[in-house]
Amino acid sequence: MIKELHEKLIKGETTSVKLTEEYFEKIKNRDKEIQAYLTLTKDLAIKQANFIDEKIKKGDEIEILSGIPVAIKDNICIEGIRTTAASKILDNYIAPYDATVIKKLKEKGAVILGKTNMDEFAMGSSTENSAYQITKNPNDIERVPGGSSGGSAAAVAEDEAVWALGSDTGGSIRQPASFCGIVGLKPTYGRVSRHGLLAMASSLDQIGPLTKTVEDAAIVLSEIIGEDKKDATSAPSFDKRYENYLTGDISKIKIGIPKEYLEKGLDEDIKNKFQEAIQQFRKLGAEIKEISLPHSKYSLSTYYLIMPSEVSSNLARFDGIKYGLRVDDKESSGFKENGIPRTLFETYLDSREYGFGSEVKRRIMLGTYALSAGYYDAYYLKAQKVRALIKRDFEEAFREVDFIFSPTTPEVAFKIGEKTSDLLKMYLSDIFTIAANLSGVPGISFPIGKIKKDGKDLPIGGQLMGKWFDEEGILNAAHTFEINYSQPI
Amino acid sequence: MLSAKDVKHIASLSRIGIEDKEVEDYQKNLSTILDYFKELEEVNTDGIEPIGHITGRDNVSRGDLRVEKSELERNAILDNSPEKKDDYIKVKSVL
Repeated sequence: MIKELHEKLIKGETTSVKLTEEYFEKIKNRDKEIQAYLTLTKDLAIKQANFIDEKIKKGDEIEILSGIPVAIKDNICIEGIRTTAASKILDNYIAPYDATVIKKLKEKGAVILGKTNMDEFAMGSSTENSAYQITKNPNDIERVPGGSSGGSAAAVAEDEAVWALGSDTGGSIRQPASFCGIVGLKPTYGRVSRHGLLAMASSLDQIGPLTKTVEDAAIVLSEIIGEDKKDATSAPSFDKRYENYLTGDISKIKIGIPKEYLEKGLDEDIKNKFQEAIQQFRKLGAEIKEISLPHSKYSLSTYYLIMPSEVSSNLARFDGIKYGLRVDDKESSGFKENGIPRTLFETYLDSREYGFGSEVKRRIMLGTYALSAGYYDAYYLKAQKVRALIKRDFEEAFREVDFIFSPTTPEVAFKIGEKTSDLLKMYLSDIFTIAANLSGVPGISFPIGKIKKDGKDLPIGGQLMGKWFDEEGILNAAHTFEINYSQPI
Repeated sequence: MLSAKDVKHIASLSRIGIEDKEVEDYQKNLSTILDYFKELEEVNTDGIEPIGHITGRDNVSRGDLRVEKSELERNAILDNSPEKKDDYIKVKSVL
């Protein structure tokens, strides 16, 4: 889709301003219902679009993403633009700088339409934890779009943006991509700089694209990778162009199916579609092999220990002093009648009580407990050791196979409100995606079919995980599947 | 299960105010998740090194240097603070 639009722009069949205005028109018409966007950046967008159109008029060469409208998850900083991470505590926060990925996109001429809704600080699997609004799944507006990058996924699925950026800590790009019927890529840990991404769990967070096609994901990835002095975990990229690796040929590759993923809790319809997809990969010439990831049953508990621990540390910065919401003025906040907090400690307590939502508070408290004196060895250290075993499972598996294939989620998009009262059930929707974050490997979700529920066609995603830094491999395998079997939206 | 006292202590360590009526909810929710973690006890991790950095990168260091910022950049930062005085962020008294 990006390539086609790029061609149209350089051939003069459309202009960037025209394209951008078309997208704002779509947002105006559809977003009242879908509620994917938190903030629109029309001035910024039109200015950028004009700049690109001028370049085209002058006959200058433009980059592949130039002039093409994109949506950005609201936990990624854009200079001078409100950045809330869907939290009340950042309600009035204006980012003073561009995230590295934004700097790159601006340099490449991308047109930023706005910031998308998400679970508060990326904590959730349905985007219901946003402090502002509930985003609907475009396939069935009674259902969630997934999360935490639910706004980005819904915006792309509803064509309120050509593509979007999200972030993925335990599945937050891949799970909503799967629920909305689009493509979502979590690159290898370190592949993309996180400077300017509001940190959630730093040993797991990664930025990646949500797109309509696998080729688009490859194109975007090529533009956002790279080592960055401002993110010490980022790795050298050697300016790889991932779209050049999309050969459409997977005849010699080996795909592993982890037997543990099919054991229990998997929806029958998904299981059937997944088996069908395995057959399709076979027809494309891939060799299918059953493999074992023996520690995968512990990934959820390992994740729910490590993640909150890092959350509790990362979110300590929201203190009501440096930036963001401060609650200590009963006149304006209406909060706590018994007087104005006078000390720093009281300001911390009140600002954080009022500014954070319940899931965020729960995770901060859980992490604080796991890291507190006397519990560190039993919880955090133990989890980091199990994490080493989970990583080892992957190392061993990748000695036998090139990629690992599984469903992205154990079930299709669920109804709004269906899981909000049962935490563990909500957490289970990330069961197949979190291992990639714990082990650091790249993972891509792409549509493998649809099933009918309540008269609506609901998409199912398949997930391919690859070796560390082998994004080109999983992109090519997903692309080969897509051009032969998927009907892109 | 965590006691009410535990929950209040954790909340205070976390710098999060909680109302009395919320304590029971936190007791229940946090305990459910903590119980879930118990399954990790059955994993033998003897002799296993905990994960430090997943892709094995070394520490990256830089010089501890002062960077001059323009007034515009300074103001962009200062304007985000709830309370400032001149060119400073105002912090409340500790005691």
